[in-house]
Parts: sequence; structure tokens; C-alpha cells
Amino acid sequence: MYRYDALDKEFLADRVSEFRHQVTRRLAGEITEDQFKPLRLMNGLYLQLHAYMLRIAIPYGTLNPAQLRKLAEVARTYDKGYGHFTTRTNLQFHWIKLRDAPDILASLAEVDLHAIQTSGNCIRNTTADPYAGATAEELDDPRVWAEVIRQWSTLHPEFSFLPRKFKIAVTASVKDRTAARTHDIGLALRRGRDGALGFEVMVGGGLGRSPHIGSTIREHLPAGRLLSYLQAILRVYNRHGRRDNKFKARVKILVASLGAEEFGRQVEAEWAQIDPASADLPDTELARIRGFFAPAGFEVLPAVSAKLEAAKAADPALARFLRNNVHPHKASGYAIVDIALKTPGETPGDATAEQMETVADLAERYSQGEARVTHEQNLVLPHVRLDDLPAVHEALKAVGLASANANLISDIIACPGLDYCALANARAIPIAQHIAQRFADQDVAEDIGELKIKISGCINACGHHHVGHIGILGVDKKGEEFYQLTLGGSGAEDAEVGKILGPAIHASRVTDAIDDLVAVYLRERQPGERFLDTYRRTGIAPFKEAVYAEVH
Amino acid sequence: MPKYIRLAAEGAAWADDRFTAVPDEESLPPGDVIVSLKRFLAEGDALQAEGREVGVRIAASEEIEDLAYDLPRLPVVTVVCPKFSDGRAYTTASLLRERYGYKGEVRAVGDVLREQAGFMVRCGFDAFEPADGSTPEQWTQATRRFRHVYQRAADHRPPAFEERQAQDKAAEAAEVKSHAV
Ligand code: SF4
Repeated sequence: MYRYDALDKEFLADRVSEFRHQVTRRLAGEITEDQFKPLRLMNGLYLQLHAYMLRIAIPYGTLNPAQLRKLAEVARTYDKGYGHFTTRTNLQFHWIKLRDAPDILASLAEVDLHAIQTSGNCIRNTTADPYAGATAEELDDPRVWAEVIRQWSTLHPEFSFLPRKFKIAVTASVKDRTAARTHDIGLALRRGRDGALGFEVMVGGGLGRSPHIGSTIREHLPAGRLLSYLQAILRVYNRHGRRDNKFKARVKILVASLGAEEFGRQVEAEWAQIDPASADLPDTELARIRGFFAPAGFEVLPAVSAKLEAAKAADPALARFLRNNVHPHKASGYAIVDIALKTPGETPGDATAEQMETVADLAERYSQGEARVTHEQNLVLPHVRLDDLPAVHEALKAVGLASANANLISDIIACPGLDYCALANARAIPIAQHIAQRFADQDVAEDIGELKIKISGCINACGHHHVGHIGILGVDKKGEEFYQLTLGGSGAEDAEVGKILGPAIHASRVTDAIDDLVAVYLRERQPGERFLDTYRRTGIAPFKEAVYAEVH
Repeated sequence: MPKYIRLAAEGAAWADDRFTAVPDEESLPPGDVIVSLKRFLAEGDALQAEGREVGVRIAASEEIEDLAYDLPRLPVVTVVCPKFSDGRAYTTASLLRERYGYKGEVRAVGDVLREQAGFMVRCGFDAFEPADGSTPEQWTQATRRFRHVYQRAADHRPPAFEERQAQDKAAEAAEVKSHAV
């Protein structure tokens, strides 16, 4: 993975001392909260319902053991002993005191972590495929490009006061694990007809109150021209994006109002005027960055591990874990392991300090010093030898992280909702917990198969409910928590925005409604169909009938 | 004479403002003036023919492209930031410097705060009328807060990747030298 050099470290040190200075001025009353607010937001510090929340960037979801241990230390020292992994692969601490914030940032800087651009109307943390460098499906390592974008976008002088926040995702596999089409820019690495590496550029995706799936404005951008093309897109957006209405300010609205074709034309016209020599990254720097992501040395191992097979035969829980949470690796004898932060009854995405330390140890010992964070609020050990899987499973079990439910009905995404967030209409976490408990029977969950439930506590859609196979949105009805269900969304390569099932239902009915939807699926499904496939074939009618029949 | 902050190699300093910024609804005083783009396009030639220096004020929503041909004879372009969070001024300034090679003064007016100093200077602004009462010393400090930058911009500061290359070259040279000894 990328390692900070002296320059990167000095940059971070300067940032920390700048913020320390600003906090000192605020605590001394030299500046008002109004003046301080934009400054703290630039450092990821939000004021929430009960305390300050600090959002720490995890660049393209990649963590090393030292970073995980540091996060655990911060959780213990300054928070209540845990942290929350978000759908943007960031980590949030929800119980922070203002006066501690500079010390926390200084301490994080020791392991090259920071909170730069985790809020504000700027280019946010870039998402990349959590299986990068490990999956056989990829054409190139997307982290190389995500790191290029990280450096380029850091305190970008022209693009730090955009109309609204701006999110970029990079994927290099056919199977899209980044939800690229729900980002302001989605970049998918492709080979051109001549074999040259390039990007399919998708623009204008986004969730929130008006969900959009991104449109392709260029089929094949030569990879080396990435930064100049991003500059052109951002420039068109910075000049023409709406600034009169916060809810219409995302680039998706500009793309929708101009039409993707016209937006693309304006980008190409701007791009044609940009000098590649000054805007694109020199090949030498690209090569330097690429060097950090050189394929790790994998041993030559047999494709089947006798040790693992024996353990699997003896332990049904391990067998189940292997079925659901373990995925093929590009190197023979290795596997990719999903760690679901979704133990039924717990808060989706939460991890205790002890759990973080365990994952750090496992990454160090068994996964070439790497762990990843996914936008589905799970963790990944990308490079585990098959022989080591039983030990990894045991260690995870000991800290309550061995839930064998990755991609199953209880692997629910939920935003913090009314338990923490000042903008929320309704709670999200208890709804997730309740559903997960209803489907805690693993055999039932496995029989149901892949089913992505996503919950947001308000229309801002941090829980990505629009792209859940089943989406759940909290709404406020005269002070009571109601929930609107959507069906058929997807954030993957077959991206689609879900359709509203019917009128919002009371909190007490949500889990039963999910039960009804699942029953329809089990009744209607044909061999090999996932919930989403059945829904796409039958349409919404049978599902609607099942949920609303009793009401009438 | 009113003052504004002007940037120079040795830092920011107060400068006398010899221009009068004239709103559209007011008639023109004698001497050097700064007028709106609209007024400049209508009356600019005549004003310059009178022998005075004329600068142009660009609103956030106006396109600098409309001024492209006139830039060589303009001593100053002022760019209006209606709110500090409105980032259009940064693109306007970048285009002025990088695309049109404009060498005159680019002045930030409106909701200009010292917290933006670093970004503004990088985009090519070299003059400021701050709205927060900040001093030239504070501006100088604010522009020197970061030892490194990550991208090329109008200020021509070498970005991190160029610094790295230079370091590598220096290291190589040192190596060659040590071998030679
Ligand atoms: S979706 Fe709404 S409630 Fe949930 S975290 Fe986002 S803003 Fe808060």
C-alpha cells in the first residue's frame, strides 16, 4: 500500500498545526462559532445531537495494522471505546470533545491518517474496490488511480468551494463493488480495442433526495489523461452548478438539466483547451505511486488446502463462514475474507477498540499487513492463505466478528439515524437490529440468499436506501417514526434506483413487512434467482399486495 | 487614498488604491476607474481614449471569456466573491492566469476572508480587499502555512511530485560525487 514520504508527512503536520491554532482561537473566544464552523468542518468535525463527531478519512478504504491500532487507541482514549465505519469507508467517532480534537488529529497523523476533506463542498475521499490487488477480475489496480486522485484533490485550490460535495469512485472489475454509478464521478477501468488502458467516465450519479444513476460521458479516456479530464469536469461543474439551492447543487442536477450529452460536450470543449503537459501527472510520478501497489509476493500454493478441508468438515460454523464470507483470490491457495460488522443485534458498522486490534493482528499475521473497509460497512482481509482460514475464523469468533452473513439479509447497511444525527427523521439502527434478529437463523438467511437491505434515517440517504434491494427510509409523520419501503434498487454494475412500494408504514410494522416481502420471493422465485431477479421478473405488484393486503 | 492588500515576493503589504470602483448606477468620477464588465463593453474604448486607466469588475456569474481580447490593455481585473463559499472566483482567476496569460493585477473583492488566502494565491490572485479586517501580516502567514502543495496551479509552486523528482536528482548527483571521490 501507499506509504507517506517526508513530504506527505510534513503536509499533514502543517495541517494539524493550522487546526490547533484555529481551535485555540475558538476556545479563547477570539472567533465565534459561526466563524469557526467552516474551519472545523474542513477538518471533519461536526456538531451533532450529543457531542462533536470526528470523521476520519480512510483513503480508498485501505488500512494497515498500525492505523487500525491507532484508531483503537483513539476510541479508548477520547471516545467510548468504539468507532463507526460509514458507507463512504470513513470512520466516525461520535463522542468527541472540541478541546481534544487537535491532539486526536496529531496522534492520527503519526500513522498518516487525517480528517481532511471529510466534509465541506470539496472533493471527498475516493472510493475504490475493496478487493483491489486481490481479485482475479481486475484489469489494473484501482488504488493506484485512487491515490493519484487523493493527492491531486488534496486542498485543490480551484475546487475547494464547489457548489456541493463531490465523490469519486474507481473500479477495475466487471463486478462493481464501489457503487460507481451512484458517485458524482464513477471511473471504470477498461481496455480499448487496441488493448490500451482507459476509463469509462460516468458522471452525475448520486442518492439523496433526488437519486440519479450516473451517465457515461466517455467510453474510453486514455488512462494517462485522467487528471486533465477530471479538471475539465470539475471546472464545468464549478462554473455552472447551481448555488442558489443546496438541494439542487450536486452535479447530478446539472447533468440532468443539461442532458448527459450536452454536459459531456461542455467537458470535452473545456478539456480540449487544457494543456496536458501541465495538467496530467508525469509518468514518473505515476510509476512511483504504482510501485507502492506492486503485487505482493504470493507463495505458490495448491488450490485446495487439506488442512482447511479437514477443519471445514469438522466445524459447520466454519463451513458456513467459508460459504458466505470467503471469496476467490487471484493467487492459488489464497482467499479474500469479508468480516461483517453486522452481528445481529449490534449497530451496523460499529467496531470496538478490541475488535479493531484483533483485525490489526490478523491483517499483520495473515493478510500481508492489509485490511480494507467496504462501502457496505464491512471489513476485508484481502490476502489470507487457505491454510490460515480456520485460525482467522477462530480469532474473529473470539471477538464477535465471525458473523457468516456477508451479503445476506442480516448484512444491513444503516446510517446513524436519530440515535446520533441531527438531521434524522427516524432511527435506523434499531430497525436494522430488529430485522437482523428476526432473520438470525442462519439456515433461513442462507436459503434467502443475497438480499441487500439499506436503511436511511432521512432523505439525505447516507444509508443508500435507494439502491437497496429493499430500501427503508425514515420519515416523520406528526412526530411518529414511519418508514417508506423501496424495492429493486441496486448499487452494483446493474445500478438502478428502487421503486416506492406504497405509503410509509409505522415503525412497529417494518420487520413484519420485510417478512412479507421475503415470503413473496420464496413463493415466486425460480431456480437460481436472487430476490432482485425475482422482483425484476414479477414486478412490484405481488410484493405490494402482500405488504398492504392486511391494511385494507 | 483607500488601501488594499497587495502580494509581492517578500510578502503581503498595504498598497494605495489609485482606482475608484464605480457601481453601474453611479456616474464616473475623474481618474482611473474600475467598472463592471457590462459598462466596460459599452464604454471601455471611449474611457481609455480619454487617457485614463480602466479596470474591469467580473461578477461571479460572468464569463471571463467575454473579456479575452481586452485583457492585454487592462491593468486590473477584480473578481467578486459574493460569499466565501462561492468558488467560481477561483476558476475565473485560474483561467485569467493560465489560459489567457494575464499579467495585470487580479484582485479579490466581496466576502474575502483570510482563511481563503492559500487557495486564492494559488489560483493567481495577487490583490485583496478583505472583508474580515485582516492585515497583510496575517495574509502572509496564511499563504505560508503549508510547506508543500500537491498540484500545479497558477502560482507555479512546484507540486510534491516535482519536489520528489528534484530530491531524487539531488540524491543521484550526491551519489555520483561520492563515487568520484
Ligand atoms: S441519512 Fe439522514 S439521518 Fe442518516 S446519517 Fe444521513 S443525514 Fe443523518
